[in-house]
Formats: sequence, C-alpha cells, structure tokens
Amino acid sequence: MSERTALVLFAHPDPEHSRVNRVLRDALTDLPGIVVHDLYETYPELHIDVRREQRLLAAADLLVFLHPVYWYSCPAILKEWQDVVLERGFAYGPGGDRLHGKDFWQAVSTGGRAEAYRRDGYNRYTIEEMLRPFEATANICGMRHHPPYVIHNSRHLDGAIVTRHAGELRRRLQGYRQYGAAALRGEG
Amino acid sequence: MENHDLLLKSFVYLLATVLAVPLARRLGLGAVLGYLLAGVMIGPWGLGLIGAVEEVLHFAEFGVVLLLFLIGLELNPARLWALRRPIFGMGGAQVLACALAIGGLVLALQAPWRSAVVAGMGLALSSTAIALRILQERNLLSTPAGNAGFSILLFQDIAVIPMMALLPVIGRGAGAGEESAWLDAAKAVAVIVGIVLGGHYLTRPLLRFVAATGLREVFTATALALVVGAALLMQAVGLSMALGAFLGGVLLADSEYRHALESDIEPFKGLLLGLFFVAVGMSVDFGQVARQPLLILALVLALVAVKSAILYGLTWPCRVSAGERGLFAVLLSQGGEFGFVLFNVAVGYRVIPQSTADLLVVVVALSMATTPLLLIVYDRLLAPRLAGRRAQPPMDLIEDDANPVILAGFGRYGQIVARLLQANGVGVTIIDHDPDHVERVRRFGIKSYYGDSGRLDLLEAAGIARAKVLILAIDDRAALNQTAAEVRKHFPHIRVLARAWDMPHAFELMDIGVDHIQRETFDSALQTGVAALRQLGMGAHVAHRAAQTFKQHDLEALHSLYEVHKDEGELITRTVRARQEIEETLRADRSWRREHGEEEWG
Repeated sequence: MSERTALVLFAHPDPEHSRVNRVLRDALTDLPGIVVHDLYETYPELHIDVRREQRLLAAADLLVFLHPVYWYSCPAILKEWQDVVLERGFAYGPGGDRLHGKDFWQAVSTGGRAEAYRRDGYNRYTIEEMLRPFEATANICGMRHHPPYVIHNSRHLDGAIVTRHAGELRRRLQGYRQYGAAALRGEG
Repeated sequence: MENHDLLLKSFVYLLATVLAVPLARRLGLGAVLGYLLAGVMIGPWGLGLIGAVEEVLHFAEFGVVLLLFLIGLELNPARLWALRRPIFGMGGAQVLACALAIGGLVLALQAPWRSAVVAGMGLALSSTAIALRILQERNLLSTPAGNAGFSILLFQDIAVIPMMALLPVIGRGAGAGEESAWLDAAKAVAVIVGIVLGGHYLTRPLLRFVAATGLREVFTATALALVVGAALLMQAVGLSMALGAFLGGVLLADSEYRHALESDIEPFKGLLLGLFFVAVGMSVDFGQVARQPLLILALVLALVAVKSAILYGLTWPCRVSAGERGLFAVLLSQGGEFGFVLFNVAVGYRVIPQSTADLLVVVVALSMATTPLLLIVYDRLLAPRLAGRRAQPPMDLIEDDANPVILAGFGRYGQIVARLLQANGVGVTIIDHDPDHVERVRRFGIKSYYGDSGRLDLLEAAGIARAKVLILAIDDRAALNQTAAEVRKHFPHIRVLARAWDMPHAFELMDIGVDHIQRETFDSALQTGVAALRQLGMGAHVAHRAAQTFKQHDLEALHSLYEVHKDEGELITRTVRARQEIEETLRADRSWRREHGEEEWG
C-alpha cells in the first residue's frame, strides 16, 4: 500500500506576527505527501474556490486543521471553508460520501494556560469540549475523528518549546503517512 | 433716438432669425444656411432694412471670439500641447498647399502678383465659425476628422498673425519702417505674455471674489469682460482677437469656474454667432454678382474645388477614416471670416485695389453658403453609399427591450460593467457614441446602439422611463455631468450610477445628486497597492485588510471634504488631516498586531 497523504489547512490571518502557528506551519511545508494549504494567503478576501478545495480534499487521506483558537473556535476563514466546501452531496446528505473513511485531526494553540481549560478553570470547559463542533462535523462527513493536538499558553511559550512542538507535530504526521492514525496520538 | 434705432435693428435681426432659421431647419438646410438667408433677406439687397453692414459684421465677429474662448475652455494646456503636431503639421500643410495653389491659379489668370499673394493667403483660410458649428452640431469634435479640422482651424488663426504682418511689407503705401515692425513684434509678445500671466494668476482670484458675492449676473459680466479684454488687448497689437480669447479659455480650462463660464458665455456665443452669419448674408454684394455672374460663379466653384481637393488629399496623413473623408473635405472648403479682415487691411496698405477686395469678399461670402449646401448633397447622396464605412450614420433606432439597465459608454469601463450584469442575466441596453466601435462589438455578438447618450430623446427611445438604473460610463466628463443633471431633472425615478475621474469630479457628481459614484481608477489602484505590499512580504489577508481600511477611510474623507470643497484653504487642511488620520489608524493597527498577533481569544 502506498503511503497515506494529508491536507493541512493552515488558518492564521497574520502569520507575520504569529509566534507559534507560523513555526508549526513552516515545520511541515517540506514533508512529502503533505500539502500545507495557507487559506488566508490563498483567499485573502475570503472568497474560496470550492471546486479546487474539494479536489484537494478528495486526494487526501487525512484532513488537518492547523490554527490558533479564536473565541473558542477557529479563525473566520476556516469556518467559511467548512460552510462552502463541505457541501451537501459532497460531504454529507444523499451521495455525499466523498469524505467517508478519511481521518480528521486538529492542531490548535490557545492563549490561556492549560489550567484555564478545566471544570474549575476560568473557561469552565476542557478544550476537547470546546472543539466538539469540529468533531461533530467530522462525524457527519463520515470521517474518523482523532483527539486534537493542543498547545496552551501560546503567548508566553519559550521559543525552544515551540520548536519542540513543531518537531513533534512533524513526527506525528510523518508517522501517519507510514503507520496510520495511531501515530496522530503519539503512539507511532 | 439712437437707442430706439438700436432696439429696432435688434428686433429686425431677431425676427429674421426666428423666421428663417427654424424654416431652414425644417427644410433640412441646416441652421447656418438659415442665418445666411435671413441676412440676405434683411440686407441691402433684400428688404434693405439694415444699412451699415460692415459695422454689424465687425460687431458680430465677436461671436467667433466667444466660440474660440469656449473651445479654449475645453482644452487645458496639457491637451493643447498634445495637439501640437496636428496643429502645426496638418495646419501648416493645409495653409501652405492652399495658399500656393490658389495664388498660382490667380497668377495664371494674369492678375498682379500682389493680388495673387493676398488672395492665396486670404482664401486659404477657412471659416472657424461655420466649420466648428457644424462639428459641434454633428458631435464630431472628438472624431479624427473633428480633431484634424479643429487643429487646422487653430493653425489658421495663428497664421493670420504673420499674414497681417506681411501686408505692409509688400504694400506700396508709405509702409511702416523696420523699427516699428520690431516694436510691434515686441508689443505682441508682451501682450501674449501678459495674457498668459494674468490668466494664470489674476483671473481665478478675481472670479473667486466675484463668485463669492453670489450675484450671477455680475459673474456673467466678469466673464464677458475677461473675454472682451483679452480680445481687445490682442487686437490692439494687431493680433487675432479670437486667438486671444482662445488663449484665455485655455488658461481657465483647469479652473473650477470652467463650467460656470461655459454656461454663462454659451448663449452670447450662440446669438452673436447667429448674428455673424446674418451679417455675412447681408454683406453679399448682389450688385457685383449681377454684374459678373459667371466670373463669380466660376471663382466660387474653383475655390471650393481646389480647397476640397487639397483637404481630401490631407485625409490620409491626418488619419481621417474612409467614411469621413468627404465630410472633412467639405467642412473646410469655404473661405473664412479672417479673409474679410485681411482683404480690407490689404486695401488699406494699397496691396490690392478696392475692386479686387470687393470681388474676393463676395467670393468668400458665397463660398460660406456653399458649405451647408454641399453638406446636404453629401448627406443625401454620398453618405448613404458609404454605408459600410459610414461617416455619420443616423442614430440607431433602439428597440425598447424593456431592460432594467441602460449603459451609456461601452469603452474599457462600460464593457466590464456590462459583462458582469449580463453574466448575471440582467438585460442591459448599451449606447455608445462611436459608430465604428458599436459595429466592432456587434461583430462579437454584443448588441449595442450608436447614439449620443446626452440626448434625452435617445434615452427615452432606449426605454429610460421603464428602466431602473442608468449607468454613465462615458469618457467625456462634461457630457457625463450634463447628462446626469438632465436625467436627474427629467427622470427622477431612475437610479444614476456614474463613473468619476477623480475627487473633484466626484464632487461635481455629488452636486448633481448622482446615486452612486465610483472613481474609475480607485479600486484598481488599491489592488496595485495591495500587490506591492505583498511583494514586500506583507501577508495577503493583512494587505487586503489594510486596503479595505484605507478605502473606508478615504470614502469617509470624501464626504467630509465635499462639505468644504469650494473653500480651497479648508479643503487642503482637511485633506492633510485625513491623510494623517489614515496613517495613524494603520500604524496603530500594525503595532496592535505586533503585540497581540498570536492567539488572543481563548
């Protein structure tokens, strides 16, 4: 069996001033079999080419959302992408089986500390709970959802730690290509 | 008593005009011929109601002066400079070729050489009044033929100066000495410099001062005084009055008073030009015609034939389109009003005898009457045969397609608008003033109509009463404004969307009350700015956002500046402030992103 492929949707409105996500993105761009797709750079006016996105999707075994958490969700363009690309008849509904059996994964960074994302923390919910809508979307589309890769406290992270996260993300995606979804959980 | 006489004469002129001109037009003879006939009717050889013809002619020449002032207003110095080659190239070629040919013919008739020189020079000139009126009437000024015609006429106005200067030199009279000739030249230069400087530095403050009083008639008086003053100055040093007025117009072409001046002078020009044609009609000496009918007939025909032939030959270098060649040749084939002046001055210097001058004047006057007649012949006989490459097709009959949108102007701007609308299934009725262009796009399967969108009857034919939106995308700013204003007045229901050149033009359109104004280069220039920011490494989305912020600011500034746009000082203050504000906003935005760029929410 040939190696698996992945499509990484990168969504950051201003990568120039990003501390974490840009490093993550740059760590992945040279990986073979992995397409890193910078949405804000490709569609600066948020007008998304639906057919093109669907072609990219169809060619990938794994779909990754790579983005900072904005207001407990994703940056606007990624929401827009879901709204227009995951069409009825393509992603769900009658005949909408094009994503069936694919893997879905999310790598996000948050501004708050890990303690904030607890029942007794000031956000009152865990990050997994916050990201449920993405999980539900993956389910409806027949994709296998995998627990997200989360980097907390992004504003105060040491540069070396960021680099370590980037290396880990890179290793997991490389592992996915060879061994499949287990690698996404760091078990490869 | 004298007052009464003046009023009586005026009444005779007006009455003759009122009777003859509409009648001539109804008969398809054109307005110019109507005026000429009115002149013949009331002149010494008609009913004899008016005597001193020459006096009237001199006064009415002022119509030509005002005409040139108005043309000057349309041509700012930059456009004039762009025309320098056609003016001197084509104009020079026409005057030289015609003068040599006519002078040669006169010599061949064994006339004295001095007469040959004067006749050659004087008859080479064409009638600015007739030719420009026809060009305007037929909306041809912006075509290659119109441009070439105008350039030649302008050169002729300039050429009158050396011609006049030549008369005393070849005259037998106790001509002026060389010293005074130098002095004259120095004076002429001084006056031209004076008009240029005065026009540039003094007239605008003066007009601003007068306009601030809010007295419309005083503004009109000032406008007339400026033109008369410039003309008199030029005449005082022996130059063409029309040239002085033209110069004055050019200097005011860029000013904010251009349209006010235009609308104030326009009726005077119309009336005086009419009077001028009437005076030409009166001045035809039918006594002389009766004495030598065959000779005069032959001379008129020869003059028109020689000039048309030379002009026809010039249509190739002038790049006049095939369909307009005949029209162009006829347009400038007559003798001109400067001929009258030149011949009279020549008599004064005893270059030619009075009898020769009388003969030449009759020939010129009659040749002027041939132009409208030849045009009728051209329209009826020649033009239909050129149907494929028609010069001046009748306006297209527009079928009322009941389209919700009428688009005036189908150039590089209108085409994009139309494509977007039609791609969305919206019916658009397209009108363009360039017949060649209409035909070209029709070959590509795009239905469009030839016509002048400034004409309300045409817009009515296009179904403006039922349309919802009128888009003005024509590239003639003055015509666009006028159309917008007229439509606003007569069809208040329709939404008018207009293309604007720049901010001042946007202000003009806001004055008119246009519903949507789009500065034509604004968005595309912004996109170039975005591309530059991206090349410099700015993220695509950030660059887009910066441009949108800029755009929003600029639109707000536009409305703020509009409130004060008539007050230059305040306009500058606010412009500078608006620029500082947008710079401040974008700077704050950048530093905010630097500090808070990453994961801020959550």
